[in-house]
This record gives sequence, structure tokens and C-alpha cells, in this order.
Amino acid sequence: MVREEAERRGDDTMIDAPQITNPKPEDFFNVHYLRIYYGNLFPYTDIHKWLSYGHDGKHPGCDEYYFGRREFSFTLENDVYLRYKSFKSVSSLEHAIKSCFPYKIDIGAVYSVDPDKRHAYSQTGTNVFTPVERELVFDIDITDYDDVRYCCSGADVCSKCWPLMTVAIKVIHTSLKEDFGFKHILWVFSGRRGVHCWVCDPKARRMTNEQRSAVAEYFRVYKGNENNARKVALMGYSLHPFLARSYVDFLKGFFEGELQANQSIFSTKDKYDKILEMISDEDIQSELREKWEKSANRSSLSEEAISLVRWDQLKNTLQSKKHKAPTLRMCVEEIVFTFAYPRIDLEVSKQMNHLLKAPFCVHPKTGRVCVPIDPNNCDEFDPLAVPTLSQLIEEINSGGSKMDVDDDDDDDDTDTSILGKSIKFFRSSFLEPLLKSCKEEIESLYKTKIGKSKDSFSW
Amino acid sequence: MEVIRSQKRTASNDVVSNPKIPLYLTAPPLEVRLEEFELFAIDRLRVLKGVSDGLARGKNPKEMDDVVDALWKEHMRHSDASEMLNKDIISHFVIRLVYCRSDELKKWFLSMETALFRHRFRLRNFEAQRAIVGEFGLPYKAVTGAELESLKERLGQVVRSLGQISPSVVNDICCVSVCFFSFLSFAVEAVYYKVPFEEVPDLVAGRRVLIQKGHAFVAGSQLVSLVVTQFRSHISKALILTNRKWMTTIREREKDRLTPIVEALSTTYVGPDYSQSSEYADISLKDIDQVSKSSFPLCMRHLFEKLREDHHLKHGGRMQLGLFLKGVGLKLDDALAFWRAEFSKKVGSERFDKEYAYGIRHNYGKEGKRTDYTPYACQKIISSAPGAGDHHGCPYRHFSEDNLRAALGRMGLSSRGMEDVMDKVRNKHFQLACTLTFEAVYGTSCDVGINHPNQYFEESQKILKSKTPAAPV
Repeated sequence: MVREEAERRGDDTMIDAPQITNPKPEDFFNVHYLRIYYGNLFPYTDIHKWLSYGHDGKHPGCDEYYFGRREFSFTLENDVYLRYKSFKSVSSLEHAIKSCFPYKIDIGAVYSVDPDKRHAYSQTGTNVFTPVERELVFDIDITDYDDVRYCCSGADVCSKCWPLMTVAIKVIHTSLKEDFGFKHILWVFSGRRGVHCWVCDPKARRMTNEQRSAVAEYFRVYKGNENNARKVALMGYSLHPFLARSYVDFLKGFFEGELQANQSIFSTKDKYDKILEMISDEDIQSELREKWEKSANRSSLSEEAISLVRWDQLKNTLQSKKHKAPTLRMCVEEIVFTFAYPRIDLEVSKQMNHLLKAPFCVHPKTGRVCVPIDPNNCDEFDPLAVPTLSQLIEEINSGGSKMDVDDDDDDDDTDTSILGKSIKFFRSSFLEPLLKSCKEEIESLYKTKIGKSKDSFSW
Repeated sequence: MEVIRSQKRTASNDVVSNPKIPLYLTAPPLEVRLEEFELFAIDRLRVLKGVSDGLARGKNPKEMDDVVDALWKEHMRHSDASEMLNKDIISHFVIRLVYCRSDELKKWFLSMETALFRHRFRLRNFEAQRAIVGEFGLPYKAVTGAELESLKERLGQVVRSLGQISPSVVNDICCVSVCFFSFLSFAVEAVYYKVPFEEVPDLVAGRRVLIQKGHAFVAGSQLVSLVVTQFRSHISKALILTNRKWMTTIREREKDRLTPIVEALSTTYVGPDYSQSSEYADISLKDIDQVSKSSFPLCMRHLFEKLREDHHLKHGGRMQLGLFLKGVGLKLDDALAFWRAEFSKKVGSERFDKEYAYGIRHNYGKEGKRTDYTPYACQKIISSAPGAGDHHGCPYRHFSEDNLRAALGRMGLSSRGMEDVMDKVRNKHFQLACTLTFEAVYGTSCDVGINHPNQYFEESQKILKSKTPAAPV
């Protein structure tokens, strides 16, 4: 129906906003919406500027072939997957996307030669096809927390469990900045139930697989599967300063506040049994279990209040008994870390050639745009308020937004469309500082090179 | 106890008295005799293979320290310290030349040399370690003064976060080592180096260092991580350069002198060579049939059976079986009689004397350049390429699955045992397959692993003789 109307009107930008009463998946996401989105809304220039890292050809020190050596992959309708795509310029990128309207666009590494020409080079000797640069990336997915969230499971997410992502962002972001000294960090909503992190500093892009692995392991605390009850084992006599800071600044408060309020983790036997199993002393377990079984029906308190009372009891008991065994020494912290500490997908971070979804893509299952998240204001981010394709199209129809977000002229400041805000944020808080720093680096590397060759002429 | 031991070693071993570990940064301007070229390399290869073995068995770092110490003493020691150093350097560069020639060899060499370096470093005392760090010329300074003060608290946290007590110790009420460990583990060390975190990935991964603004603060006792990363990176680059030099100039230039040695070294087997048969291997002709059924590995059994069947073997088979029999204890005269008996059924004894006897005598070092050839090790047999009409090679590699199953069945393997063996074969672990066969046939475990047919024979004879000491087996 929609297509017929468009054809009748002879103007393919005007499509009726769908009246969604019983929403079907195709109401959120379909090829027609994608056409409009990639036809008019996707910020090609910004993405190109980002991934060029200052190599825009305007400075003699630029590598004009840099962007062309980046791998992209497209996933088309019917799960057709096309890897090793590369583009010499923003217009060829734009052209390619507009000719097939991919369901998903992934960004890979920058290679030693153009990915789409890789077969022209031999696999031995000096000109091998190999990754040369790649952002340090992280992927946090809320399904990895299914054992500690009771409101949702699987692909669902709600305002009660999303805060787990928020605290994860805070912990990782702080560490990336304070511990590793990274400056150019982009956080992006994955479109449905998680977040991605792109660390774009030159140092980060040049990290080897071994170094990426090291950073991923540094962040790894949770080692769980169904075979072990104690999934976080904090050995030693104190926490490493990184863990201590995370605990004090973010995790403790979150656990005792928002998490308990949302999840009431002690309120029923099933729930508190899971926590009691993390205590490695049977006597303490029984002591608390008995206490709580007795008080089960007698309390008039709310679920939330009961949880807090029990948590206090647990803490006090452990405090008084912690000398019993070294594994009890940091049991309280272990429980907090089990529930609240970030669980990153290690495999995503460890290898340079791993592909990751591009920012400003649209998620096929939800129709939501993968918009950036402000790490300094991540409490405000609501995954359920992220613009969807249908909303964007509605907005176009009602004349509420400029059609062509791709212009980078001064009118940007007046663009108050829902997507426009995200793009503005991307530009001002991430892209501009990044490009400034990249240009400085290109300039200084160039000067050094010139200086060296000048020296070689000296007698 | 453990902590102290690694810091202070008594001077009864050369390791401490010769604290220098060369970094192999440049090829030494030393003169090397051609024999030393090969011999030094073989000794070092024995060390590297020992390291490989230890790692494959999952030994922990402390155990590996001991392994390396023992290996070095056994193969690389010299009463003259400067001679020992020379051998160390020369052997490294020879092996580097040998192992730069393919990706697989490079990877192995890099891993083993790095591990060797790591454990030799750990065996040194702190002063020697600092000296070695100095030699790398790293621009990393020790943290001092106000900066160190500002970090002290968090450095202490790191130290305490690493202070672990193993569960078994927990149950000891008065455990001296616990006290020592606690005492030592709570002390912030005197010296910390400020290095980019990228230089110490394993310390970062284990959260064993404080990291701030991209800098890791590495304690003196953790220097090994820093230098090992440097060492590995340097050797890795060196391998590429060496390979280039080899391919462009050395290989051609040295084709009559070093190149053959280099090419042979990469497949060198460094275990016992079985050229002198031991007490277990003294067989006479009348026993040979029985022994072939009871103690021969599958490769030799097959060759033997085919010889009995066809009264002939082609050259590859004659070499492989013939040298094996020599290693097993067959004297030259008996060997000549044995082969003549078989071959004359096909080609007649005159032709045997004319065309084949010479070869057998040659194998025993009685002709030509009189080299006493050594029986082939599994490595060599596996990498051979049997063609039409050949029966040599390694059945686990060269037989089709059906043929292999049939052969294993004839050796008496159960179907369960056969599946285990076939599984190894599918994964191309041919020697492990043979080892499993050994274990199944003799009902015992073979931890060492089979890597030489004569080893299989000797081990088998040991087991059989221990069961029935008097009777011939």
C-alpha cells in the first residue's frame, strides 16, 4: 500500500507515516525506510571524515589512500554478506550504500592494501595483505547479564536493567581515560540491547593483537558459566586500584541503590539462594538462609526494603567472619562485582580484523538508529527513546527536519531534528577534537620527516 | 621458601657466576670451525627442544626455571666462561639461520628462544637482571621523588592485591612460608620503572601493575616481563631480516658449505641415535620373525611383512628397515644373510651379491666414506614420500584409513583403541597415534612419546622382558 501511494504521488520522499496498531517487524524496518534513511539522513561526510583521521589530502603529509584501505562489510537482505569492501572516497561509499541499501554496515580494519584488491598481492614477502590500524573496540551486550537481571531476558531491555549498561560505560570510560590515557573515545548504542566503544587515539589504532588482548583481560573480572557458582574470585588482600576505584566510585553505590531498587535481588528464595551460593562458607550460608526463611512471610516491608535489610545482614555477617578463610575476605565485593561490573565480549576486542557495526546504522530488529551516547551524561540515555526509522520518516513528512543532514554548512546549529541532535553531538564532542589532534600529528610527523631529510643534506 | 630461592641462588652453578645473557643483537665477529657450526647448533637445539617439551607438558614457571637450568648445564656448559658465551652466541645465530626459512620454523624458534631467555633471566639475581635491562638500552627511568611518593599508596594496593595464599597452605596453622609470603607481599618495592603499558602486556592482562595515563609502573621484580617483550620483538624482526639475507645472498653463496648443513639441521633429530645397539637390542636371525611381531612398530612391521611376502623391497624400504635392524642389534653378517635369504628368492643370490650387498655394507659403514649411518627417526620417516611400489614411510601418515585400520587390527587393537588412534591421525598427530598404539598393545602408558622406531622397539623389549625374564621374546 505504501509503495502504491508513493508511486501515485510521483514523489518518493513522501510516504505515509505508518499507523502502527499491531506492530509487525516490517513496520519498524524495511527496505523502503532504509532507502529514505540512506538516501537522505545517513551522515556520510561525518563518517568519512572520522575514518580518514585527517588524511583529507589537504596537507602534504596526508596519505590520500588511507581511507581506501579500510574494510567495510555489508549485510544485505536475505543475509547476503559481502566482506572486504573498500572505497576510495566518500562519494564511492555513498554510491555503494545507495545502490544496495544494506541491512547492516560493519567497519573493519585499515589494511596494508585496498581490501578489494587484496588478491593482487602475494601472500609472502613484503607486500602482504594484513591489518595495519584499527580502533580499540569494546562490545557490551546485556544478554551477558541474564543471570543477574530479573526484569528481562534475552533480547529485551527495559529501564530497570539498562542501568547495568550505564554503569559499565562509566567504569570502562573512566579507566580508558585515567588508566590508559586515551582521549578520543566514542560510545555508540548498538541499536537494541548493548553498547559499543570505539577508542580512536593513534596509539590505540596501532595496538597489536597481543596488546588488545592485554587490555581486554585487564577489564575482565567475571569468569562465569553454569559450572561455577563463584563467578568472580577476588584473590589477594586488597583490590587492584582500578577495581577499587570502580567499586568506590560506581559499583557500590549502584548496587546498593538503583540495582537493588530495580531488581530486588534478595526478595525471594530463588534470588537470594543464588547470592548465598557465592559465599564459600557453608555455615554462613546456612545461618543467613535460616534467618531469611524465618522472616519470609512475616515482614510488612516492600520488596525493595526487604532486599536492603538482607544485604545489610549479609554484609555484617561477612564482616564479622571474614577472617575464617581467605576466600571470604572480599566476598562482599565479589557479590557486588558479580552483579554490577562490566562484562565485555573479549573476542571482539582481541583481534584487529574483527568487524563491528558502524555508528548511525539502523538495527534490523528494532529499527532504531545506532546513535552515540555521551559518556559524561550516560544516566540520561534511554534506549527506548532512541529514534526509530518510522519516527524519522514521520518527522520528514511533517517537515520537521532538513532533508539533507549531509551538508556541513552553518545551518547545522538550527537542526533540531531528532537525528540532527545526535549528529551534532558526534561532531562537537568527538569528531572535531579528534580531527584537530590528527592534523596536529600529521603536521608534526611531516615536519620531522622534512627535518630528517634536511639533515641528510648537511655536510 | 619458594620466594627466597628464586632470588638467591648459591654459587655452585655456573649460571650465576656467568651472569651475562647475550642479547644476540649483532652477529659475532668470531671465527667458527665448520664442525663447531653444526655441533654447537645441535646442542642448542637439544636445549630448545627440551624447553618445548617442558612447555608442552604444562610445567609452571618455577618448574621451567629448573628445566632450563638443567638443560643448559647439560648441553651448553663449558669450563671456560668465555668459551661458554661464544658457544651460546654462535649456536643462537646458526639456529636463527636455520629457522628463519619458513613461517612455522620462525614461530617455533621465536617461542622457544623467548622462553629460554625468560627463564634464564629469572634465574639471575637482581643485579644481573638490572644489568641485562641496561643492555637493552631502554629509555625507561626509575620513578623517584615526589612522583614515587604520590603513587606509593596505590602501588601498595597492587602488591597487596597480588598477595595470594594457595588453598592448601590455608589449612596449615603454623606455616612459615605464609609469614614470609605475607611479609614480602606487602612491601612496596624499592624500584619502579615507568614504561608505556604496551611494553608489558602480560602484566597489564594480569592486573599486576599500576597503570596511570598510559604508563605502567613496573616493579624491579617484574622486569622479566619488560625485557622478554623487548627480546621477542627484537628476535622477531631479526628473523625477517635474516630470512631476507638468506634468500638473497647466503643460500647461493654457501651452497657447497653451510647451506647443506643448515638445511639438514632443521629436521635434525636430537634424541639418542641408536647407532650403537644397547643391551636390549641384540637379536639373532632365528628370533627375528618372532621379534618382528612382538616388538616392531607398525612401520617396520609392515616393511618386514612385505619383505617376507614379496622377497623384495625398494630402496627407501631397504634403508628404513635396514638401518632399523642395525639399531636393533643385527650384526652385519647376520644382516647380509637375512637380506640374501629373502632377495635371492626373487632375484637370485648372484644378483643380490652384485647389486644389493654393497648397499648393506655401506649402511654399516664398511664401504665408501665409511659413515656409520644412524637409523631414521620418526620425523624423517614421516616426512618421506613413498611412491608407487614403496612400503616405507609412516603408516599413520601414508596409509589410507582403511588400510591403517586393517593393519592396526592385525596388531591387536580393540575398536575403542583404534578410534583413539584414528582420531590422532585425523589431526595429523602421527607420533601420538603410534604412542597410543604402543600403549594399547602393551597395556601401559608411555609418557615420553614415541619419536624413534628403535625407541619403540627398546621400550617394548623392556616391558616384555620384565614380564618373562627368561624366555626369549
